[in-house]
Amino acid sequence: MNPLTFLSTTGGVFMTFLTATGRLSLFTFSALYHAVTPPFYPRLIVQQMISIGYFSLPVVGLTAIFTGMVLALQSYTGFSRFSAESAIPNVVVLSITRELGPVLAGLMVAGRVGAAMAAEIGTMRVTEQIDALVTLSTNPFKYLVGPRLIAGVTMLPILVLIADVIGILGGYLVSVYKLGFNPTTYLINTWNFFEVEDLNSGLIKAAVFGFIISLLGCYNGYNSRGGAQGVGAATTTAVVTASILILCSDYFLTELLFSQ
Amino acid sequence: MTDKQNMIEVRGLHKAFGHKKVLTGVDLNVGVGESLVVIGGSGTGKSVLIKNILGLLKPDEGSIMINGEETVGMSAKERLRIMKKFGMLFQGGALFDSLKVWENIAFALIQSLRMPRMEAKDIAMEKLAMVGLDPEVGELEPAELSGGMQKRVGLARAIATQPEIIFFDEPTTGLDPIMGDVINDLIINCVRDLGATALSITHDMASARKIADRIAMIYEGKIIWVGPVADIDNSGNEYVDQFIHGKAEGPIKMAVRG
Repeated sequence: MNPLTFLSTTGGVFMTFLTATGRLSLFTFSALYHAVTPPFYPRLIVQQMISIGYFSLPVVGLTAIFTGMVLALQSYTGFSRFSAESAIPNVVVLSITRELGPVLAGLMVAGRVGAAMAAEIGTMRVTEQIDALVTLSTNPFKYLVGPRLIAGVTMLPILVLIADVIGILGGYLVSVYKLGFNPTTYLINTWNFFEVEDLNSGLIKAAVFGFIISLLGCYNGYNSRGGAQGVGAATTTAVVTASILILCSDYFLTELLFSQ
Repeated sequence: MTDKQNMIEVRGLHKAFGHKKVLTGVDLNVGVGESLVVIGGSGTGKSVLIKNILGLLKPDEGSIMINGEETVGMSAKERLRIMKKFGMLFQGGALFDSLKVWENIAFALIQSLRMPRMEAKDIAMEKLAMVGLDPEVGELEPAELSGGMQKRVGLARAIATQPEIIFFDEPTTGLDPIMGDVINDLIINCVRDLGATALSITHDMASARKIADRIAMIYEGKIIWVGPVADIDNSGNEYVDQFIHGKAEGPIKMAVRG
């Protein structure tokens, strides 16, 4: 094989990557600028908050309760080998608030809300509704992207707060009714191990994840091309990229918040 | 036409997408209160032309004057001011399907002119009547309407703010001939009532003959013929002849592969 072919292929892939990153960065700056400058659309912000927050509650709640339950069960299996069962409330409260609450809620919301955003905005793009917005003197960034970003950043922490409570409850239920823990001792241990800092770090993560979900949902929808197939591809990309970015940023956020 | 002031003046407009050159130097004038129809086959750059003038696309090169004001390279703020002079009827209607019909018509009144909702609704209902639809239609969702009704609502939305210039993208495409003619009549009436300037693109010759004062033909990214609608049958241009008679044989070769 010609070595130049190899080089040009590598370069091509690299250039594509840089183009995509640049485009997303520009979109992000634009979106942020328009999300915080008037005119605002309170009606749309509330509508998005309901769609992201309220309608995600069943999914996030179910995820949280089963995660808390399995967490208690699994750590019991491990910890009973060296008689450290009493650490279960600690493990549950720490894992849920710091890690599993925000990440699992983020992933579930990415699947539910990120996909819906990409599909809705993508359809608006291919049916010229976004062009129509512009001709009606309305900035699509302010009208479509801004409310979704605001709703994503504010609703995810609230969802995660609820998920934390439900997750810890799940752990409590399994520990008390299946593993035979004393309910009072379990609750006291949970409360003693509970740290506001852990909770806060989880909520900061949640806000970042909410931003990522809304941003990628809007970005992929806004840039979708070519009819139904394009919208389908945009939806998939929105969910996949948001999920990956949630997991990547989770590591770096943990490092950042842990080192403090 | 020469003594009249131009509302739209396009000079040397170029636009390419990657290596594909779509517009290669378009020159076009539309006088105040005039209705100009641009005809041309699919993929000749009609839509791209109209989107450049509207400011939805950025020209690579050239000048677009609206009412004597250069719009190429305008700031976002000034663009917004110019945009308020425009109304646009999109090919597929492009109605917002999350809003009711009346909210669609009143959209610019509420969002851009900041009019109270009830006041805007009255105007929307008035426009709805102008395009021949019953008041009950105002409370429906766009998805519940037929194609012809969606076009009518789109027209009502385009004229709601009393724009100075109205753009029509294939206004009759996808409609049966009778509904097409109803839309043509509505366009003529609405434009005349508003005293607006109209720029339309179409490949429907019946519609072009009816709504146009002048016709321009676009081919391979350039305007190859312009003239009053009465001259279209003896334009002396073989491209125009082939197009208006819809013949497969002639100087225009249809690209079978895009």
